[in-house]
Amino acid sequence: MASTTSPGGPVRRLAGLLHRRPSIRLAGLLSVPLLWLVVAYLGSLAALFVTAFWTTNEFTGDVVKVFDLGNFQDLVNESVYRTITLRSVGVAVAVTVIDSLIAFPMAFYMAKIASPRAQRWLVISVLTPLWAGYLVKAYAWRIMFSGSGVLDWFLRPVGGHGPGYGLPATIVTLAYLWLPYMIIPVYAGLERLPNSMLDAAGDLGAKSFRTFRTVVWPITFPAVVAGSIFTFSLSLGDYIAVRIVGGRSQLIGNVVYDNVGTANNLPFAAAVATVPVAIMVIYLLAVRRTGALENL
Amino acid sequence: MTLSRGARVALRVAMIVGLAVIYVPLLVVLINSFNADKTFGWPPTHLTGEWWTRAWENGGVRSALWTSVKAGVGATAVACVLGTMAAFAVQRYRFFGRETVSLLVILPIALPGIVTGIALNNAFRTVLSPFGIQLGLFTVIVGHATFCIVTIYNNVLARLRRLGTNVEEASADLGADTFQTFRYVTFPLLRSALLAGGLLSFALSFDEIIVTTFTAGAGVQTLPIWIFDNLFRPNQAPIVNVVAAALIVLSVVPVYIAQRISGDTRAI
Repeated sequence: MASTTSPGGPVRRLAGLLHRRPSIRLAGLLSVPLLWLVVAYLGSLAALFVTAFWTTNEFTGDVVKVFDLGNFQDLVNESVYRTITLRSVGVAVAVTVIDSLIAFPMAFYMAKIASPRAQRWLVISVLTPLWAGYLVKAYAWRIMFSGSGVLDWFLRPVGGHGPGYGLPATIVTLAYLWLPYMIIPVYAGLERLPNSMLDAAGDLGAKSFRTFRTVVWPITFPAVVAGSIFTFSLSLGDYIAVRIVGGRSQLIGNVVYDNVGTANNLPFAAAVATVPVAIMVIYLLAVRRTGALENL
Repeated sequence: MTLSRGARVALRVAMIVGLAVIYVPLLVVLINSFNADKTFGWPPTHLTGEWWTRAWENGGVRSALWTSVKAGVGATAVACVLGTMAAFAVQRYRFFGRETVSLLVILPIALPGIVTGIALNNAFRTVLSPFGIQLGLFTVIVGHATFCIVTIYNNVLARLRRLGTNVEEASADLGADTFQTFRYVTFPLLRSALLAGGLLSFALSFDEIIVTTFTAGAGVQTLPIWIFDNLFRPNQAPIVNVVAAALIVLSVVPVYIAQRISGDTRAI
């Protein structure tokens, strides 16, 4: 404290300099974050992207640093990768549709029907499971789907049995994991929708469904799209849930993981990793016009 | 509003069913942590507290928990400094590329975790190895901090926007220098925003598995890594279940703190 109060101290002089020169202040503030995010992070991403054009030596496993489009050619030409890509996109779409179908009525009840007090508690009870963590929830569904598990026990009286591990289990688990990410933006969007508009629609003779179709849906659509960005992108990159409940099914993430790990082919893994990134960029560009990005 | 009785009832049912779907799997984990049957046959026939004692005495769980806490605290500390600096720069100054900073901060969390993971893994191995730094807790903290910055940045940015610059100007007029203004005026006003962002950042780091897989060396095991490594081992199943149950119970703590914080900010 003594040094900062004495008028001529070095700290005070530095403070004076910073006060007179906003540009130095700005440079100081930006330097470390930009060094971290641009040089370290974007640098790593760029290096990975360059690696995608290299190959590995088949015998030694060393990376050969020669420009080559072979990885991308394999990716396009070999049908197994097309199947896995389509399957991953299909899973991401299914998860997004399921989540919006479950989230919309819940968010509508929370925003428009529940009393303010109940509203607060409902928001808390929807958000609390988010903190329980990804693995815990994926594990919970592993238990639900297991051979002698709850679903089996629940369906046995009606003559059915649980679906077991596989793609349907993966879709259910992912939909469960990302559900709050859909409920919250939709709830926020519905909260912004004035009640007077619903009343006006009712006064003009619209029934519930017509009010929904012509008033509620067009206004909240950007919020649903905002939620879908989370559900879609998080599902697209996932490879853990599918290993926990997916049985032998494979998604894009698994191909990347296996190529880094067991196959030790980083160049090919890097090439595969560009697929979800490219799909996400296209998706973001497509939804930008709906105004969804302002709803995040 | 004018909703038919049928629609109202249908929405209420949807809400109740939705909440049931959210909570039933978690309840099953909690009940199973007392299930005496090692393969979790449902419904449980005998209950036991043995698994909880065994998990408590398990050295692997304890050291993994401790590693997770260290990684979370380290990443949050780094993210607090970097996120606050970036938020100040964007909110208080005009400069070329200002709009891009928000995008840049979001990128590590928007891209699939595996992309960030292998990119950092590749960079660490080529850049740090020549200096004798191996993958370990340090690289985990660096990786986590990268995607934690966004939580602090968003919270501090929103707070700075709301505060305006009046109080800081008043402080300068009264003779405080740049550092004194930050220490005695700006920082206390930012504290609850930092706490909220820090909480979220710690939770993100504590829960992370994909980036961790690629940035942790052989010897470093965070709690999610421990769970995943033991998930497929039948004889470890009861311990894994207890850890999961404990994490479900503990998830109430951050919600409680977050409620307290939001109550505080409303009081300001």
